[in-house]
Amino acid sequence: MVMLNLLLILLAGGFLALLCERIDKSLPRIVALAVIIAALIYLITSISGLSALNALQASTPSDPSSWFMHFKTPWIPAFGIHIELALDGISLLMILLTLLLGAVAVSASWTDIQYRQGVFEANLLWTLAGVLGVFMALDLFLFFLFWEIMLIPMYFMIAIWGHENRGYAAMKFFIFTQASGLLMLVAILALVAVNREVTGVYTFSYFDLLQTKMDETTAYWLMLGFFISFVVKLPGFPFHTWLPDAHTQAPTAGSVILAGILLKTGAYGLIRFAVPLFPDASMHFAPVAMLLGIVGIIYGAIAALSQTDFKRLVAYSSVSHMGFILLGVYAWNTLALQGAIMQMIAHGFSTAALFMIAGALQERLHTRDMREMGGLWQQMPRMGAVAMFFIIAALGLPGLGNFVAEFLILLGVFQINEWMAVAGAMGLITGAVYSLILMQRSFQGQPNTHSDKLPLADFGPREMLTMSLMMIALIALGLYPQPILDVSQTALGGLLDSTALGITQ
Amino acid sequence: MNSDQLLVLSPIISLSLTALILMIQASIKRDHRIAWWISTLGLLTTLLSIYSASNFSQDVGPLLKVDAWGLWFSALLIFCALITLALSRDIFHTQADTKEEYYLLLILSTLGAVVLVQAAHTASLLLGMELMGIALYAMIAFPKSGDLPLEAAVKYLVLSACASAMLLFGFALLYGATGDLSFAGMGAKAASGYLNNPLLVLAGAAIVLAGMGFKLSLVPFHMWTPDVYQGAPTAVTTFLATLSKGAMFVAMVRLILDGQLYRYESLMNALSVVAVASMLVGNWLALRQQQIKRLIAYSSTAHFGYLLVAIIALPHLGDTQQLGRAAISFYLVAYIVTTLAALTVIANVGGEEDSDMQAFDGLFWRHPAQAITLAVAMLSFAGIPLTAGFMGKFYLITLTLNAQLWLLLGTLMIGSAIAIYYYLRVIFTMSAEPHQLNKGSPTVLGWRNPVALLLMLAVLAIGSWPQPLIDLIGRL
Repeated sequence: MVMLNLLLILLAGGFLALLCERIDKSLPRIVALAVIIAALIYLITSISGLSALNALQASTPSDPSSWFMHFKTPWIPAFGIHIELALDGISLLMILLTLLLGAVAVSASWTDIQYRQGVFEANLLWTLAGVLGVFMALDLFLFFLFWEIMLIPMYFMIAIWGHENRGYAAMKFFIFTQASGLLMLVAILALVAVNREVTGVYTFSYFDLLQTKMDETTAYWLMLGFFISFVVKLPGFPFHTWLPDAHTQAPTAGSVILAGILLKTGAYGLIRFAVPLFPDASMHFAPVAMLLGIVGIIYGAIAALSQTDFKRLVAYSSVSHMGFILLGVYAWNTLALQGAIMQMIAHGFSTAALFMIAGALQERLHTRDMREMGGLWQQMPRMGAVAMFFIIAALGLPGLGNFVAEFLILLGVFQINEWMAVAGAMGLITGAVYSLILMQRSFQGQPNTHSDKLPLADFGPREMLTMSLMMIALIALGLYPQPILDVSQTALGGLLDSTALGITQ
Repeated sequence: MNSDQLLVLSPIISLSLTALILMIQASIKRDHRIAWWISTLGLLTTLLSIYSASNFSQDVGPLLKVDAWGLWFSALLIFCALITLALSRDIFHTQADTKEEYYLLLILSTLGAVVLVQAAHTASLLLGMELMGIALYAMIAFPKSGDLPLEAAVKYLVLSACASAMLLFGFALLYGATGDLSFAGMGAKAASGYLNNPLLVLAGAAIVLAGMGFKLSLVPFHMWTPDVYQGAPTAVTTFLATLSKGAMFVAMVRLILDGQLYRYESLMNALSVVAVASMLVGNWLALRQQQIKRLIAYSSTAHFGYLLVAIIALPHLGDTQQLGRAAISFYLVAYIVTTLAALTVIANVGGEEDSDMQAFDGLFWRHPAQAITLAVAMLSFAGIPLTAGFMGKFYLITLTLNAQLWLLLGTLMIGSAIAIYYYLRVIFTMSAEPHQLNKGSPTVLGWRNPVALLLMLAVLAIGSWPQPLIDLIGRL
């Protein structure tokens, strides 16, 4: 019930934000923030009493009762569809990340969104609800439903409040994910049909479908259906082309949600569904997937180098970072998976912060073009320092979360294939180059005439508070990642036991 | 004929009586409002009589087959007619002369449709189709102003006449091969007829299906659709898009199943080609439409292409035949309800003639309720979860997977992927800032608002809580 309530809080909160715009124009953002904080408090209070979590009890994929939480009630009995929600270590971390970044997004929209803020905050809350649903749903029908539904409010956020080319970007974003979602729908239905041939009943439950026996070719095709859908969302090379457009055109809060949370649903899907449902097919496919990951790392970094648009550069850097996740997931050992989950969290914070900085710059300079920037540190020392922090976090400075993540991934991959690890490590170098270029062009160097003219407002208390929260998170992840690793290990242990890919050199 | 048989036929009798009463009323006092009320009450009575007829199973002679399936679709068609009536109420408000003949035509056309879905014989099929069609020509051409309605009506008349002629010819050929005109009789004798004269059976069946394809605007018989959809008054477009096409499709399913046409592989292959072409061409042509009614017209071509897939899958299903019939019923219901919702909003917002995309600029800010309804309808057309259209697509994909028709499955997916773009474009237009022309005070919709909302709730209810409908359809 806790999980269902969590969804209902966000959904109802969205309506509340929508309605209270009529009372006062500045009320929706306060309501949105309150709703997210309430959801966070509710989640934390209800999980703190869980003995399974306190004892870090491992949850096995075959036995839902070993998970932290499990909820199941019939929905469409004719097809064996249930409302089945469950929570294990991975989903718990993802949900916490979602709610935290949701609060960050509301902060990013505080002054940025002027037009119909109530509708905006409602869409934001509904997107969060959809994402939470994705992270908790373990009935494949329900999962698909959340997977598709979360796009609609996100689409509106880009299409209505986006920048100059929003129509194109929103359309591209929606079509890419929808079309690939169709593949997943067919794969889900085919999986259910195959399972029905053996067992004679319709079931969409993850726990039942895990044991489906099928021949190799079928498994391969179905695995591809899931894989493509998740990799489009991740996004991995060569399905990444929607991302730079969507990120660049989205309003700041939209970019925060997109980069911080929505991309992670793709990675989560790979870990939760694509690999465990089709272990053999995934094993055969792993080298290809890892190669795509490496290409993504390098391609994203090179593409980032040549950008002049602040947001576009950050967007391409996301492609590069997500390549690490793809690499780590398909290495499929404890270290690499721990790293991938860590990367999901760390990248969430660092990129969300960078997009907020981009948004703040656009609000002040009315441009995202780095050629019009330069020397901004002198004008806005606080913003410059914050930007410096997150840029070096993104490039993987030891002591911060992103370093731990990428280091773990590379360590895990090294056990599988040294050369892949070496190629992946190249991304760290190029990452340093584009990150520092970003810093130099915008904040350092000679002040640009453009920025000379205006007295630019530095970060205010609200922005500093938001930023410092994310800084603390990244430092904590970097210096003491053990609690996070412990929680994710509860889920990963069982997952690795039941789906041993046995990839060796 | 005993009293039970009369009860079973009571829906048809009730509609005929309504038509008669309307004629008598016209001879006593010509009044728009009274005619509207008589029609509404007549349709409601018919709904009641359908409910009572469903308790009897009676053989009513060779022409009609009154079964649960037919009655369920009759009820759905009456519902479409009721919505059309609701939308028609204000159409002729501004025109000075009284127009109560319109309601007579509407009732007659509905009567034709009800006969059509219960037809078990080629004669009743033709009778129902012609009654439905002829009344519809006049309804399309009813507005006196403008050339578009007249053009649309003539176009529809000429092409429908062609289609009827083809049907007749096809039936003649089938009769020549089998010596029977009832669907079941044809089916029973088709096997031996095929042995003696395969070409006659195939040619006959193909020509019949082509004739039906005209009415369903399947590719390559789709040319008339956008012009007629655009030219007709929106209420009549609604009627045409839901009632006329739905009835025709049900008749086609009956003919193919009872007439056992699915046995002929070459015929099914030809149908597959038509289905693939409809899915691709329909969606492709819809991409660049600036008129929303034309867009819906092309999208209907695509949707009937999807439905055709279900028919083609039927013989491949083996032990899951029931699933096939359920899929057809579910998709048809979902499509009809969604189309009703979409066209209701178009009638409400665009008025009777203007369905240019521009009229929908910024609708979210001007008429939130209408805009949300249209958005939900578009998402349902596109097959997004929680809408009726998604459950329909869910059924179709399950069916195609079971039948292992990979080409059709692939085309269905490509078609759906293309379709997302143009459905989304409508939503995007509505979310933009209002255009200069639309900045004035919004039109007052009054009681038309709840009609749209009701349909939107129906689309969402079917999509998010489909179990009752699945149970109902399962019993048919």
